[in-house]
Amino acid sequence: MTNHWIDIKNSDAILIMGSNAAEHHPVSFKWIMRAKDAGATVMHVDPKFSRTSARCDFHVPIRSGTDIAFLGGMINYIIESGSWFKDYVVNYTNATYVLADSYDFKDGLFSGYDAKKRTYDRSSWAFKRDEQGAPVRDFTLKDERCVYNVMARHYSRYTLENVSKITGVSEENLMKVYKIFCATGKPDKAGTILYAIGWTQHTVGVQNIRASAIIQLLLGNIGVAGGGINALRGEPNVQGSTDHALLYHNLPGYHNAPLAQWQTLEEYNKANTPVTYIANSANWWGNRPKYVTSLLKGWFGDAATAENDFCYGWLPKCEDGEDYSYMYAMDRMLNDKMRGGFIFGVNPMNSFPNTNKMRAALDHLDWLVVAEIHNSETSDNWRRPGADPSTKKTEVFLLPSAHRVEKEGTISNSGRWLQWFDKAVEPAGEARCFGDIYVPLINTIRELYRKEGGVFPDPLLKLNWAEKFDASDWAKRINGFFWKDTVVNGKTYKRGQLVPAFGNLQADGSTSSLNWLYTGSWTEEEGNKSKRRDPSQTEMQAKIGIYPNWSWCWPINRRILYNRASVDLQGKPWNPDKAVIEWKDGAWVGDVPDGPWPPMADEKNGRLPFIMNTDGAGQLFGPGRLDGPFPEHYEPAESPVASHPFSSQLTSPCFKFHKSEFDKFAAPADPRYPIVLTTYSMTEHWCGGGETRNVPNLLEAEPQLYVEMSQELAREKGIKNGDGVIIESARGQVEAIAMVTIRLRPFTIMGKTVHLIGMPFAYGWTTSGCGDSTSRLTVTAYDPNTTIPETKACCVNIRKADKLTEIA
Amino acid sequence: MPKAFLIDTTRCTACRGCQLACKEWHNLPANVTKQRGSHQNPPDLNPYNLKIVRFHEHLDEKGNVVWNFFPDQCRHCQTPICVDLANLAVPGSMIQDKATGAVLVTEKCTQLAPADIKAIIEACPYNIPRYNEKTKMLTKCDMCIDRVSAGLQPMCVKTCPTGAMFFGERAEVLAEGEKRLARLKERYPKARLVDTEDVSVIYLLAEEPKYYHEFASFG
Repeated sequence: MTNHWIDIKNSDAILIMGSNAAEHHPVSFKWIMRAKDAGATVMHVDPKFSRTSARCDFHVPIRSGTDIAFLGGMINYIIESGSWFKDYVVNYTNATYVLADSYDFKDGLFSGYDAKKRTYDRSSWAFKRDEQGAPVRDFTLKDERCVYNVMARHYSRYTLENVSKITGVSEENLMKVYKIFCATGKPDKAGTILYAIGWTQHTVGVQNIRASAIIQLLLGNIGVAGGGINALRGEPNVQGSTDHALLYHNLPGYHNAPLAQWQTLEEYNKANTPVTYIANSANWWGNRPKYVTSLLKGWFGDAATAENDFCYGWLPKCEDGEDYSYMYAMDRMLNDKMRGGFIFGVNPMNSFPNTNKMRAALDHLDWLVVAEIHNSETSDNWRRPGADPSTKKTEVFLLPSAHRVEKEGTISNSGRWLQWFDKAVEPAGEARCFGDIYVPLINTIRELYRKEGGVFPDPLLKLNWAEKFDASDWAKRINGFFWKDTVVNGKTYKRGQLVPAFGNLQADGSTSSLNWLYTGSWTEEEGNKSKRRDPSQTEMQAKIGIYPNWSWCWPINRRILYNRASVDLQGKPWNPDKAVIEWKDGAWVGDVPDGPWPPMADEKNGRLPFIMNTDGAGQLFGPGRLDGPFPEHYEPAESPVASHPFSSQLTSPCFKFHKSEFDKFAAPADPRYPIVLTTYSMTEHWCGGGETRNVPNLLEAEPQLYVEMSQELAREKGIKNGDGVIIESARGQVEAIAMVTIRLRPFTIMGKTVHLIGMPFAYGWTTSGCGDSTSRLTVTAYDPNTTIPETKACCVNIRKADKLTEIA
Repeated sequence: MPKAFLIDTTRCTACRGCQLACKEWHNLPANVTKQRGSHQNPPDLNPYNLKIVRFHEHLDEKGNVVWNFFPDQCRHCQTPICVDLANLAVPGSMIQDKATGAVLVTEKCTQLAPADIKAIIEACPYNIPRYNEKTKMLTKCDMCIDRVSAGLQPMCVKTCPTGAMFFGERAEVLAEGEKRLARLKERYPKARLVDTEDVSVIYLLAEEPKYYHEFASFG
């Protein structure tokens, strides 16, 4: 979230899209309802009328996988109706930047496309630059090649008629949402967008979010109270695990993973430390070498010295362009390129798409370590229905894992608040928390290296490691220490004392931090700030629900990101009634500002608000993504139509996919699979259900796999409510109970009727009679930037079942 | 001082936190249920579910989908007919707690004859009491009398994330209900408080009771 949960109450218009907030983030509705009480309009744009829709002012059904068309139409509306916030757009975004002549877009393809590799050479997506290297800007927006005008032309194709045809949303409903949401383009109004995996799990997932960023920048909704782009993140520390680099492509604190061509720290820093030629850009990532060196120092301690490159050479390097994500890992398993592995905190044999492939792939492992509270479809894959255990070679080690209430530590919530929780009870039996599994495991491996030697022992033996796991110890390591006596603002910190703020981290090896974002969360002066529970606040903070003394939030307790964009060039809030920060008597008051500099009117010392972007501007034109600088509508990898109104490029030219015997796709408008399927979860079960299906009271409330479908489709297929049915895709078939409802209705897409059905993916065979993985139907096609699979849209067929074997 | 609940259905998201928390607090076992083409599960009140959220969907006059949620429970009537009937048969088998107004089943209930049980169940205008064959007890919401006596809120109210449930002194609850109703009238012209005079569990509905549940109102 750019903002935080409480801040939702400050909104004038709430657009929930790509999220079923009421069901998956029930507490969100505490704050959404407060906004509604104060007169906000709450809108839900989603394929299905859900419990979220029920509490919104209205619901707008949309065909799954057409969000960019819908949002592109909104961008077009903003431009045509003049709803954009001119002062904000001109001063704070790259609307004024003039594009280089090399940039082009024709018939669905951006310049630089290589059809063979399905990738773009992005060098042509560049700005015109002056002799000093600074981007050429036209503050009058008259230049035909400035971003604003190029963008306006790009989205001029997204007319109501075209958008309506492909999304299935009536023109009347499109206008209803556009008008209400775009009314927040005024300085004293704010609109928020709440999304979740309904946006990310598409072959155009990243571009869905990019489109929302363009809208929020045009309307001046970023940085303000009640605004922002708010990714609703989940209970099991999704925010924290991302911050700490759960994924392969980066290191803790959002630094790129080292690549083979960066053999030295100098090469790494050179490639990853941006340089700006705009004088009033803070270019915060210019500090990266300080954070990376401190990270290395945190990992290797005294072994890390300037002379040995702080042990950078010991880090594994990725091959450039190679994909090490989980989807590729599974494919490597299937092709015998992986021998064994650890699966923690995920139940892929139920949740991953094209599950029949996943289940077959896992059989190829020699050994597997799983840490779980219960046996799962993953731990027990070797004895799944239809499998002969005697033919499965995988040796499985199932480690009993502690439940959340059996461990202490921090969780970073969706609003980036770091909150400590205590252990309620000791872990049952031999169960341990993950930390208490990893720390001794590494120590055992170190012991083996010490005794037996090995080819490359240093990275393990010289690791700055703990004897035993202690959550407080690791929280302090994450915050970071001084490694030599240092004076900060006249105060001497001894070696071994905690670093007070990330501004004090250095690139010379004198500091460590396992994640610069969290530096300042545990200090010598105030202790463990994640334990703070003090509701005190100033009057200004009280107006918008900021509680600066309650827990702690990264970065440096800033509750609303990019808050320098909430004020004008003089530092006066756009909306004085809901001010986030304000420049008063030579200092900022309110929230922690995005940097200490004075407002932009101070031409020498002022700074642009988007400090994490090299040139300080919000990016309407975003050349950093692999699949285009502007979001463009493409159909999902499996589509019920063979053409769309925007270009002759049917699907994303860059989406990734696999080609094994299991990775089958329906043809465009395939008559065998004419129905769109979208998949989701529900309040009562958590994700793949591995935990919640073992809670009898939850299973009582939602016991078995269902498929939600319209009355029209049910009539067409001779299916009655409560009937057993079979759903088939090119990859597999699944049994479910039909839930025939008015909450789903057929769409008219490109002039023809298209049905959409929806199924939860929470059910699996280890819970007897409840059904088995819905994900057996979904596609192994992925977003090119993230490799997130497109589980939200694929094509299927449905028929009444003669008998059921998976559901009893 | 008599207590009361306000159940504001316009804030309910049917998360069923109340339904589950009620079971957990009362240590009631799970039923084995089936998917029957509805999210409403268990399908009805039963000895192990003293509170369930009922789901009702329909189209309004403009063809828009309306999905109503109704967290159903004992209304703790001001003049409970169940208590009258039970006491006619076995004095003290049901009582109305003076301090809170809670309508409660006592252990003497096991002495009630099958015909008495049937009469009590059938007499309830809201179709609430159920019978536990094993324990020979009538089962229904007890207002979390143990919690309320200790100064705590009933478990369902404590659990609700959206403020759909409000519990307190009757006068305070009525005032809150009127206040919310006045505010909601603009958005929902047919909004109403149900059976306010007769019950301690007052529902705030956005439209006619028939669009929530057959027994949503008595009047």
